[in-house]
Amino acid sequence: MIGLDLTINGRSVRARVAPLTRLLDFLREHQGLAGTKEGCGEGECGACTVLVDGLPVVSCLAPMGQLDGATVTTIEGLTAAGPGLDRVQEALLDEGGTQCGICTPGIVMVAHALLAANPRPTLDEIRNALAGNICRCTGYTAIYEAVYRAAGRAR
Amino acid sequence: MTTIGAPLRRKEGLDKVTGRAVYLDDMTRPGQLWGRTVRADVPGGQLERIDFAPGPPWDEIVVVTARDIPGRNVVPLVADDQPCLVARDIRHREEPVVLLAHADRQVLARAVAAVRLVVAPAPAVLSLDAATDVLSELTLERGDLAAGLARADLVVDGTYETGAQEHLYIEPQAMLAEIGEDGALTVWGSLQCPYYVRPAVAAVLGLPEDRVRVIQTTTGGGFGGKEEYPSMIACHAALLAATARRPVKLVYERGEDMRATTKRHPSRTRHRVGVSRDGRLLALETEFVLDGGAYLTLSPVVLSRGVIHAPGPYRWPSLRIRGRVMRTSYPPHGAFRGFGAPQAIFALEVHLDRVARALGLDPVELRRRNLLRPGDLMATGQPVEPGVDPLAVLDRALDASGFAARRAACDASNAGASAVKRGVGLATFFHGAGFTGAGESKLASEAALRLGADGRVEILVSSVEIGQGAATTHAQIVSEALGVPYEAVTVAVVDTAVVPNSGPTVASRTVMVVGGLLAQAAHEMVDRLRAQAGLPRPHTPADFVVAARAYTHAHGPLVTRARYRTPTGWRWDERTLTGEAYAAYAWACYVAEVAVDTRTGEAEVTDFVAVQDVGRVVNPVTARGQVHGGVCQGIGFALYEDVVWQDGGMANGRMTNYIVPTSADTPPIAVVFCEGEASSSKGLGELPMDGSAPAVVNALNAALGTEIARIPALPERVLQALPA
Amino acid sequence: MTTPVRWTRAQSLRHALQVMAAEPSVIPIAGGTDLMVLLALGGLHEGHLLDLWPLGELRGISAAPHETVIGALTTYRELATHPAVAERHPALVQAARLSGAWAIQNRGTLGGNLGNASPAADSSPALLAYGARLELVSVRGARWVDYADFHLGYKRTARAGDELIARIALAVPPVPATHFYRKVGARKAQAISKVCLAGLAPLRDGRLGEVRLALGAVAPTVVLARQTAAYLSGRRPMEIDRLATRALLEGEIAPIDDIRSSAWYRRRVAGHLLGQFLDAIQQG
Repeated sequence: MIGLDLTINGRSVRARVAPLTRLLDFLREHQGLAGTKEGCGEGECGACTVLVDGLPVVSCLAPMGQLDGATVTTIEGLTAAGPGLDRVQEALLDEGGTQCGICTPGIVMVAHALLAANPRPTLDEIRNALAGNICRCTGYTAIYEAVYRAAGRAR
Repeated sequence: MTTIGAPLRRKEGLDKVTGRAVYLDDMTRPGQLWGRTVRADVPGGQLERIDFAPGPPWDEIVVVTARDIPGRNVVPLVADDQPCLVARDIRHREEPVVLLAHADRQVLARAVAAVRLVVAPAPAVLSLDAATDVLSELTLERGDLAAGLARADLVVDGTYETGAQEHLYIEPQAMLAEIGEDGALTVWGSLQCPYYVRPAVAAVLGLPEDRVRVIQTTTGGGFGGKEEYPSMIACHAALLAATARRPVKLVYERGEDMRATTKRHPSRTRHRVGVSRDGRLLALETEFVLDGGAYLTLSPVVLSRGVIHAPGPYRWPSLRIRGRVMRTSYPPHGAFRGFGAPQAIFALEVHLDRVARALGLDPVELRRRNLLRPGDLMATGQPVEPGVDPLAVLDRALDASGFAARRAACDASNAGASAVKRGVGLATFFHGAGFTGAGESKLASEAALRLGADGRVEILVSSVEIGQGAATTHAQIVSEALGVPYEAVTVAVVDTAVVPNSGPTVASRTVMVVGGLLAQAAHEMVDRLRAQAGLPRPHTPADFVVAARAYTHAHGPLVTRARYRTPTGWRWDERTLTGEAYAAYAWACYVAEVAVDTRTGEAEVTDFVAVQDVGRVVNPVTARGQVHGGVCQGIGFALYEDVVWQDGGMANGRMTNYIVPTSADTPPIAVVFCEGEASSSKGLGELPMDGSAPAVVNALNAALGTEIARIPALPERVLQALPA
Repeated sequence: MTTPVRWTRAQSLRHALQVMAAEPSVIPIAGGTDLMVLLALGGLHEGHLLDLWPLGELRGISAAPHETVIGALTTYRELATHPAVAERHPALVQAARLSGAWAIQNRGTLGGNLGNASPAADSSPALLAYGARLELVSVRGARWVDYADFHLGYKRTARAGDELIARIALAVPPVPATHFYRKVGARKAQAISKVCLAGLAPLRDGRLGEVRLALGAVAPTVVLARQTAAYLSGRRPMEIDRLATRALLEGEIAPIDDIRSSAWYRRRVAGHLLGQFLDAIQQG
């Protein structure tokens, strides 16, 4: 067990955990933040993506031992930040970019980070940024059109 | 109130985009244990003994084997041939043998590793060629085949193969079972068919059905993969929970899910087509063979849909389709979006392009000359319903895709020196919606609506929302039929203690069949309110609220129900596959454009246009979403998704090694619905799975001048098809 | 999930090296994108992990006039977006961009990937083509090895148990030169290589200078195609005998059948990728 301090969704958290505890399990089981989903456990599907220091990271491959001092944002943190939905979330609802929903939190996090880094992405930039988030329902078209729209662009 | 046709946001969308939706693994019950499954790990043999090696704290671990089953050791389905746990015979690698439960997953993992199965091995059947045991067979015949072939100017043969396909829903299979103090069981789970799970658990636990309650949790994708297999997992969780007298949660790890659960049936189709010089199809002789895996499961039903779809939407003066399902030693293949039709349609549509090449005729023209027209009889003898025109769908697709210009552009590009070749291909096809033949009559589905005093109406059906938009489209149908706002309609949690049996969530029947029952129940509700609560005609939403209040005050809650009745005059012979095979057919024409690198065999779909007639579209956003998703799975089926088998097991059972399309591999997909004056809706969910793969492969063959006939068309296979 | 694995967080490079010296079987962990997968698949039961992630000494990219030096903990994302690396070593940037998805690139490090020694690693052929050198450090001191001598066999390297990969140095290639990188995977993004080829061909006075050519996923380790490169070096681009070059390359690789591809395919595509490299050279 090791002790560490981190910030989760703007809240300071002091933890004592086994260092190889996956960030995913820490969020879901210790912090009650079940919005982050597990799809594969090996970093391939992207469903568990959260932001660590502002960058997308697959939380199933991030050991807690490496997160001392880190700032973590999950899907719960995005909606807690303001009264309404993030513009990506709004656009996903309108375009039909969520179906079964299990991949959606990861996609929202990646899209959010993309727009923070690149407010006017091209369609190809969106497709590449989201290539680590496997969605089996939507065929992606509605997802990247939603992100495009969230960026203030219309097709 | 025109709710139908409106692009309304999905009912549960807010919960999904905010991460608040509760999936099974997000639930925890007090005192809950974790369950795990020990599998045979050999493709065939006789189980002689189970040893529990020292190490794990066995006194703390709940252990269940076949001997501990209080009821019947079977997962009931078409035939009750598949055991819930191996008693002696092992017929495939992934058969469950021992169940374990413990509160600590680490301890449990060590316990799983410490179970040793002593097995006398038996030979396994690991190819269709080696298979001799016919699980199921069917023949569809029409006209005089021998005469048809004799009359043909040209007879074209071809053999087509499709591989197993993994559903890869992103939420793995998951169940949680809990036993009450009264011995009644509650099972929560990720599933498509609550009323399949309930009798299965009751049979295995030896309980009456009313002592088993099944509740669906938010389900992260199904595609057929959560049709039959969840019954198995529910039985396992229930056995552990009943033994432990504590709640038990069984969540499959991704690799276990990929290896052990069902996949699409691999297929091999041999076609012999007789055609006249001027491109009229005269005869079709087909042998359609499916690999059923080790047990019958749903294979006979998959086979009948495959056989009925094998002739495609064409006029055949004569045909004979012989379908067989063979038993092998693979884990049973099962339901997957399309249910036998994608395999059959792939073979026919790719073969028609071959026939066109053999004739020197444009593949578009070959289809144009042979497509069914209104009033024509299909192979089953069912007439094409009035008001649809497959030819108009074809023309719309040619127009929407700019097919001719696109093909000319590909030809021009291919005349240059580039190693990347381009091609455009199409497929015309249909999909029968709802259960085949008498299936709906046997099910006799029921749907209900409950009116609250506040005028809100709750939908009570066993159709589950699995991402396809069932809750949303049902609410739209009910809202329109009642004349109340969409927001005033809610959808009950699917809980067998609350909702009637409206059948399984399969076969593209949810809008067409169950939605139709809901509309009836809504009309009944309006009639009752008019008769007994003074609801005016016509009424406003406010009138409805007033009437609801009046009715419930006077009579208590109002529940109206509707039950499926077979339309008069329908007949179906399930032996000869003749008569009314489906209540309705959806018609489509899909156009794919590909770019192939001839140096590496890598193919990419660069554009896709999907045109279909599915009747009236209830929600254009969810409907388009169904097409997008089905096309993407079809692209995967065509180009990427390869199950590598080794010694009866899936060797690439990891997401790193089983390749599905990413956003970078999926072009924007254009979707067109030909609604015309349609007043009713037909099935949609499976249709897009049928035509995508043949459109892609026809584009590939057009680009390369090849005769690729086996999917997935991996780069290795593409390169092999090219001259050195 | 917890396992009986021990964990030490490196306080400084010096501290890390002391831990490595005291216990040469210790497993260094950088971004965890390989080791955590091993853990998930049950391949990491016990042992002692040394967490290098906090070591600022091993981060950063410096672009000196003749050499680019990359800290071992540099992530793929940092590599992919670094302007000097893009200008000097475009093949390495391409490799970094194709190494997993964005969320993996934010954690996966160049040093960690080299230490993991996968024969299909995306960046390795590019590093070989650029003639990379690795700095291996231990309490005994530092030494530089040619990356070409680093991989000894399948998942075996020249790194001693007490050593860490500290930095990767790349000489700035001559100008003009043809830089080439092509990875063939099972799909456009997020795929493990079936075949990968990287090449560097400087041009001087109408002739090729010292050509370097490397391949991934066609042998138990990434390989430098020395004979093929030697044949090309010094030749005029238009005088290259393509068939002879290809025959040489075929002799230098030993592809196998596995679940991701076949030996036949890898051999044939390696030849085609070489052809693309030659096209690029001839088109200048």
